[in-house]
Amino acid sequence: MQEIYLDHAATTPVHPEVLEAMLPYYRDMHGNPSSMHRFGQRVRHTVDEARSIIARCVNAEPGEIIFTSGGTEADNMALIGVMTANRDKGKHLITSQIEHHAVLHTCEYLESLGYEVTYLPVDETGRVAVEDVAQAIRPDTVMISIMFGNNEVGTLQHIGKIGKLAKERGVYFHTDAVQAFGIEEVDVKRLHVDLLSISAHKVNGPKGVGSLYARRGIKIASYIHGGNQEKKRRAGTENVAGIVGFARAAELAINTREERRAHYEKLRRMMMAVWDEQSVDYVVNGHPKFYMPHILNVSFPGTKTEAMLMKLDIAGVAAASGSACMSGSLEISHVLRAMNLPEDRLISAIRFSFGYGNTEEQVREAAERIARIVNKG
Amino acid sequence: MIYFDNSATTLPHPDVVKAFGDVASQFFGNPSSLHHLGGKSAQLLDQARKVAADCLGVQPGEIVFTSGGTESNNAALKGVAIQHRSRGKHIITSSIEHASVYETCKQLEELGYSVTYLPTDDKGRVRPEDVQRALSDDTILVSVMYVNSELGTVQPIEEIGRILSAYPKTYFHVDAVQGFGKLPLMPGKWGIDLLSLSAHKFHGVRGCGLLYVRRGVMLSPLIIGGGQEGGLRSGTENVPGIVAMAKAMRMQHERLQENHEHMKKLRARLIDGLLPLEYCKLNGPGKDDAYAAPHIVNVSFPGIKAEVVLHALEKEEIYVSTRSACSSKNSKPSRVLLAAGIDEERARSALRISFSPDNTEAEVDVFIRAIQKIVPNLAKIMRV
Repeated sequence: MQEIYLDHAATTPVHPEVLEAMLPYYRDMHGNPSSMHRFGQRVRHTVDEARSIIARCVNAEPGEIIFTSGGTEADNMALIGVMTANRDKGKHLITSQIEHHAVLHTCEYLESLGYEVTYLPVDETGRVAVEDVAQAIRPDTVMISIMFGNNEVGTLQHIGKIGKLAKERGVYFHTDAVQAFGIEEVDVKRLHVDLLSISAHKVNGPKGVGSLYARRGIKIASYIHGGNQEKKRRAGTENVAGIVGFARAAELAINTREERRAHYEKLRRMMMAVWDEQSVDYVVNGHPKFYMPHILNVSFPGTKTEAMLMKLDIAGVAAASGSACMSGSLEISHVLRAMNLPEDRLISAIRFSFGYGNTEEQVREAAERIARIVNKG
Repeated sequence: MIYFDNSATTLPHPDVVKAFGDVASQFFGNPSSLHHLGGKSAQLLDQARKVAADCLGVQPGEIVFTSGGTESNNAALKGVAIQHRSRGKHIITSSIEHASVYETCKQLEELGYSVTYLPTDDKGRVRPEDVQRALSDDTILVSVMYVNSELGTVQPIEEIGRILSAYPKTYFHVDAVQGFGKLPLMPGKWGIDLLSLSAHKFHGVRGCGLLYVRRGVMLSPLIIGGGQEGGLRSGTENVPGIVAMAKAMRMQHERLQENHEHMKKLRARLIDGLLPLEYCKLNGPGKDDAYAAPHIVNVSFPGIKAEVVLHALEKEEIYVSTRSACSSKNSKPSRVLLAAGIDEERARSALRISFSPDNTEAEVDVFIRAIQKIVPNLAKIMRV
């Protein structure tokens, strides 16, 4: 039986070209970029190049890109770094109830240190209302952190509008673009974004690498202290191979963005068409129009998420209940909960997410396996 | 090419690279995922954790994987400082720590903590009695490195651990980044509560490290989110990097004795070759000192800037460094050497030679000959 991986929002396989780009840096190009000798300096240049590539991918300047160990660290650094560096400005932060835990739990941590956080609600499609953001801004609000596209239901937020609002009101705007990068057009200038997190392993890059874009001039405290790397904003010997892999993956993702979007859109429609044909009872969770095409979150009323996932796994279909980072637990997703979905949808939701290697045949086959399982009850 | 800068970074072992590539291409699942692809990754992660724990003689549950030595040091210091701030705000460390401990302490001072930076003797060794004297009711943490990265001085970790055993509320952190694979390391027996390692210093891949956290030690996590690593370190686990690190750890651990002996021989040969040269001064431990790490030699050529020698050696395809790579952009002489009482001129002319087990005696001889050629020439030019 063919294994069909439909959990690309959790993590993606490393693209063969990415791995190939990385390997020389584990062999004869293994110098430390901070070393004074040529052997190290040669890879310093490589890191600079990778930085320029990532910068181009989000329309930023190279000096505005800080390499991190991943999306979670980038989110931590954005929130804690900006809030602590701007203590004189205020102690208030605005976020939403449907953020990734890297943002939500960091907000709770900041609360424990005496900061104040407003967690904005969302509508039943998972969208934050721009008016709610506007109303939540106080004189002591330092930053807004609203994710670009939700990792569980795929709903896109009004990033451009929130960015503009933040700019008008003199508040920093951070967006966690970990799921959106490579799928949506991420242009920090056009969208007025001040800080933006991305992660390599969500776009067929290696695990353990990500970046934070921090607009020039932004006051952000260093988060990991030590050597002079990353202009003293993030210490630690640069993971050169990982950074090279990240840049290659980002480039591939951006260059193929349109065609992949179209492909995922097709896969999505096909999956639903199969279910319609087979009279599967399902409801799509998320926004009907403003969604990322690689994520399809559906509830199969009458089923239970955990049992479904097990049956799917046995049937060779890898899917998820929501964010992998919390699926160890299998509590009801905080995202679906915030969307105020009825109980039978809450307890029967499954996330399918498409990516590299998924073909129409695969997805049709997966949809049929799913239909058989659901219809059998 | 002769690579004598292994304290900056090491070449990953080919088997380690292979392990990395295999896992990255075949087992890409997210260990937190419920499906069996995730399960397979979780299994690999468990195995790696067990290997790492075995190499340190600790329990798997006491290993927290991180992105490297710098993060481990930050996580240990800030984690204790924040978690136990109501109990005390005093930290003891040494004046010769790596930047990732030193700068973190500076940051903690800004946040209202008080830090004692212990001096060292002229070989760069912390005196255990100084630790004892600095302890107060307010002391929540002592952080002393195992092997100094610039001088190669081995610190009296066991003795400090023994002193601290009488102070159960004071945690003991050891930055063992330069020690693992070169010297025996027994955190469980030595009274160590927290210990940092970095994979790329022992032929693993970069972007990976670990923090040993003794069971029962409470830490505030540095990186917060999905709750991976027992809640102490969030973020999708870098499974290929971690598996590769475990592989490297096992290899270094198994060959510790022979690697140690081999590098010790290289060190002795290098010192024997350099010391008779009247323009060469050895910094840090002497040739036969028991507290000398086998892989690091620090020498000065007073009157000649270290960078000039470094670049001259580079022309001969020999790579060394002037100090810790992490601080290499500073134009000031090494903080560590100055703290060890080495005068400024000598500190400005200091070179660090650091071995890996792959280096050979023949390479040492080539290096000595290169120095004999380069330094007297440079001295002549300088005099003119």
